[in-house]
Amino acid sequence: MAATPYSLTELMAVTAAHEIVDGEIVFAGTGLPMLGVMLAQLTHAPNCCIVFEAGTVGSRLAHLPMSVGDPRALRQAASAAGLFEVFNYVLQAGRVDVGFLSGAQVDRFGNINSTSIGRDPRHPTVRFSGSGGACDIACLATRTIIIAKHEKRRFPEKVDYITSPGWLEGGDSRARAGLVRGGPSSVVTTMGVMRFRPTTRAIYLASYHPGLSPQALAENTGFPLDVTGATETSTPTPEELSILREVVDPERVFLN
Amino acid sequence: MSSKLIDLTQAAALIPNGATLSLGGFTTQRHPMAFVYELIRLGRKDLYLFGHSPGGDWDILIGAGRVKRVELAYEADEAFGTVGPCWRRAVERGQIEWEDYSNFTMVLRFAAGAMGIPFMPTRSLLGSDLLQQQALTQEQRRADPRTSPLKFHVMDSPFGTADRVVLVPAIRTDFAVLHVQKATPSGIIRIEGQTFADVVQALSAQTVIVTAEEIVDDVELRREPERNPLPFFVVNHVCHVPFGAHPYAVYSYYDYDPRQLKAYHQSAADESSFRAYLDRFVTGVRDHAAYLQAVGGAERLAGLKADPAFGYSPSLKRRRLD
Repeated sequence: MAATPYSLTELMAVTAAHEIVDGEIVFAGTGLPMLGVMLAQLTHAPNCCIVFEAGTVGSRLAHLPMSVGDPRALRQAASAAGLFEVFNYVLQAGRVDVGFLSGAQVDRFGNINSTSIGRDPRHPTVRFSGSGGACDIACLATRTIIIAKHEKRRFPEKVDYITSPGWLEGGDSRARAGLVRGGPSSVVTTMGVMRFRPTTRAIYLASYHPGLSPQALAENTGFPLDVTGATETSTPTPEELSILREVVDPERVFLN
Repeated sequence: MSSKLIDLTQAAALIPNGATLSLGGFTTQRHPMAFVYELIRLGRKDLYLFGHSPGGDWDILIGAGRVKRVELAYEADEAFGTVGPCWRRAVERGQIEWEDYSNFTMVLRFAAGAMGIPFMPTRSLLGSDLLQQQALTQEQRRADPRTSPLKFHVMDSPFGTADRVVLVPAIRTDFAVLHVQKATPSGIIRIEGQTFADVVQALSAQTVIVTAEEIVDDVELRREPERNPLPFFVVNHVCHVPFGAHPYAVYSYYDYDPRQLKAYHQSAADESSFRAYLDRFVTGVRDHAAYLQAVGGAERLAGLKADPAFGYSPSLKRRRLD
């Protein structure tokens, strides 16, 4: 493989970090979301407040946690309690600005499957961990950012199981289901960034990563992808890359 | 006040086959692992487990064939293993009964049980297949009082129009088992760091068993009562079990053990190597002391010791182990 100045995983982490606005209350899960939020806090969003569902609020991470319940998640936290407090008083009450989600499948309305593969979930061909807090975040955060590896099989027309509701069937179907807020604002992948049209909630390609073409993305997506107007994703700055590699994940736990 | 101290084997022996049970902790921290291993050694089976995000505590029980039914949100070790290997295999082979919820809704279910009310309302789950799909059939639910007759109920708030909520049913288990930092013989407990859902799990159980890193005097924990989350009379039995959560972390005591977790996930990926792991670390060793020897003894454990300034081991390697 030709030498590149950054990997697609690094680019995805930096692009995810860019989705966070300084001062926001961010609900993050394990893996790439943690890289993104930790990087954001160390760069353009020093006042973002990191909330982990296992009970911590306002962490200033010094070492990358391996789980949202990791002792590392407590580092310099402003308060710590448990799941009941965070889910009820922070998430359900509407105090989370942005939540990060990922899963095995993501469809054209940003619905996510992290439960199982196969038509009948009682007899799945592949079983995963299950929702954890993902369904709750998808239902109750003010907006969500989805992070996924970009492969055709991971972006089917319809997911096998809606673990985490996105825009459901588009239009106002989310509100009709009784959900009071939220919905995915972007899907950050190893190939680009997709967003949703305001009223129809139809997905479209907003940007493609440097070195890739919109057509390459469309070919690696299992539903027709509107690529009109897509631009190239901005490249990570040397400062972002060095913080990501040397401070956020020096052990290369999630980076490759 | 009479002492609630008993030894680990006595405590595990209290759990009968077919019991309903919840275990404290969250994915990679504070699971009562020594208790779980002892349950396996005692041959307990047909267990009904209730939880939000368990990890290897449930996975090894499932792999050992001791679990009949689970109600859960998640089963994995997060970055150490993104799905519990035995859980996955058991579902794919039809060897376990289960029902899927989310973390929030499982915690609300424990909270309802803890408060003595039949259900809790939430705005979560709407639009998801957690509401559209049910893994347990109505016949399975009706046939067994250990499971709620309904998975959930959706209704509009009686206090406002078009304000939809999902009611999730209370959980009341026979037992809850927690692993905490400190406990007194009288049943006062101290949890440091995240409390996860340990408090509502304990309060929704008939019998609460606590295993603790340290047994301390009442005087010590009564000095700061606001840091003791449970009424002492809720705790029925207390066991002194240092390193009782290994290979998982206990905040301010020790970190998780990445080598052991890697060994578990590699072994559990395959049924026969899982059996070998079970024999080497659980059924083939006499007790918890022998388990700690089998995983590397004092030298290995010293390497996991938490740095008091962090509550974990900041130099611990998690991925690059060699």
